[in-house]
Amino acid sequence: MALLRPLDKLPTLDVATVLLLGTEETLLQQLGAAIIEECEGTAKIQVHMASSLPLPSDRECFRPRIDLIVFVLSLHSKYSLKTVELSLPHVDASFFLGKVCFLVTGARNEQNNGVHLDTVKKMAATYHSPLLFADLEVKCFRVSMAQRLIRILQICAGHVPGLSALNLLSMMKGSLDLSEQECD
Amino acid sequence: MDEIVSEFIRRTILKIPVAEILKILRIWNFIPESQLKTINFQKFKEDVCQQVVELCKKKRASMEEAAILDIIYHQTCQIKKIWIVYKMTKTPDEEVDLFDMEEFKDTFKKVLQRALKNVHISFRDYEDNAVWIRIAWGTPYMQPNQYKTTYVVYYSQTPFVFISHCRVKKYIPELWQALMTAGNYHKIRQMELRSLYLDSLKSIVFKQYNQDFQTYCLTPLQEGNTENEIVDPRIINENVKEKERIQRVTRETFGDYVQPRIEFAQYKLETKFKIDSKNGILAEREEPFRCLVKFSSPHLLEALKSLAPAGIADAPLSSLLTCIPHKAMNYFTIREK
Repeated sequence: MALLRPLDKLPTLDVATVLLLGTEETLLQQLGAAIIEECEGTAKIQVHMASSLPLPSDRECFRPRIDLIVFVLSLHSKYSLKTVELSLPHVDASFFLGKVCFLVTGARNEQNNGVHLDTVKKMAATYHSPLLFADLEVKCFRVSMAQRLIRILQICAGHVPGLSALNLLSMMKGSLDLSEQECD
Repeated sequence: MDEIVSEFIRRTILKIPVAEILKILRIWNFIPESQLKTINFQKFKEDVCQQVVELCKKKRASMEEAAILDIIYHQTCQIKKIWIVYKMTKTPDEEVDLFDMEEFKDTFKKVLQRALKNVHISFRDYEDNAVWIRIAWGTPYMQPNQYKTTYVVYYSQTPFVFISHCRVKKYIPELWQALMTAGNYHKIRQMELRSLYLDSLKSIVFKQYNQDFQTYCLTPLQEGNTENEIVDPRIINENVKEKERIQRVTRETFGDYVQPRIEFAQYKLETKFKIDSKNGILAEREEPFRCLVKFSSPHLLEALKSLAPAGIADAPLSSLLTCIPHKAMNYFTIREK
């Protein structure tokens, strides 16, 4: 199985790469465009989008090191949850030390929910990764989520001195424990 | 002209959108052009209707002409009734006989009026050898109720009839009998196809929906892709091949043309519940499971076509969904094999 490993490639100077994983391509494209727009400063950001793992092996040599994986799920679509669940085994365990997060969209429109919120919360708690909520179809929420992701990405890529991905995860652990308690 | 006719004309004109009133009155050809010019369309709709009714009163419109106006209204603003498709069959050893429209209308009228005393029948020819029949039903003791009508559209060169859905169901067998006798057919069968859009039903049943076929080669597909790609080189899509595969499969299943427009598809399940483990309440159940799944949308087939490219479903879609135009059905019953 081709695993996605966090440290198997050399980092590119001053570039941080995020992988957005999800089935609904328009949402991913819009989020990617928002991330590129919002990023200022000297650090450059590359956005890769995929619909499932494993990533196609023919482009393996061109692909840079992935610093952050964002699994994008829609609560309206069971298909997106199934695809994410099938992609998770292809990620190496060391990625889950702060370099993965789950992004859930569609929580505002409760009538169309095909996936129960508890399922997603449990999944995030099992993989010990932060769970973020955003309505990606509304521009202002998309922009603010892009700003959050840029901050997390900069920390995961090591561009913030003194702070690593694992530090960030343990700082956010308070909120993770809270969501675990709600599940039980 | 009595009150019933003038009230009927007034209500019919009220239903027509203001922009179409002049056009429909011109097609009707009952009020001369000079008098049509005197109608002031700037006022409220009720005033406009009143003016038209006054003009009809002067010319003494009868129920016949009012019925023709009703047919023209339904021919122009077609999305008002649900149409059900029927197919008639002849006995196989009958010779092909020539069809005469006037003979058809006469026979139809005679047969129906012989069976039921109080019916009001009007005919209007339409393009493509079709005839629209409007039937207002009455009872043996009551005059026909002009507001409870059934419309029948018959394409004379084909065995298909489109009948509009009506609340009065008692006399439908007599209607079928009249159609079969007049058209020289032997049997009539209801097809599992109904929709609001008569044109789409026609294109499904006459197999005209795939006539936009153009020969294409691979290069236009690639050109299309480069237009949609984001110019920003910092966003990279890893699964370009998968995306192209989905586009290709969707194109093969649905074709390049605009799909005919239907609003719902209904699947009735009558199968036994299958489960691997022996435990559970439903495992030993002998009777079939009854379940109804209904898909509805303003334009169902286009919505199904866009499911796979949007990433909401896997391509290829289930054949139960994609066979709707080919099989000309949108009411399915799924039984055990």
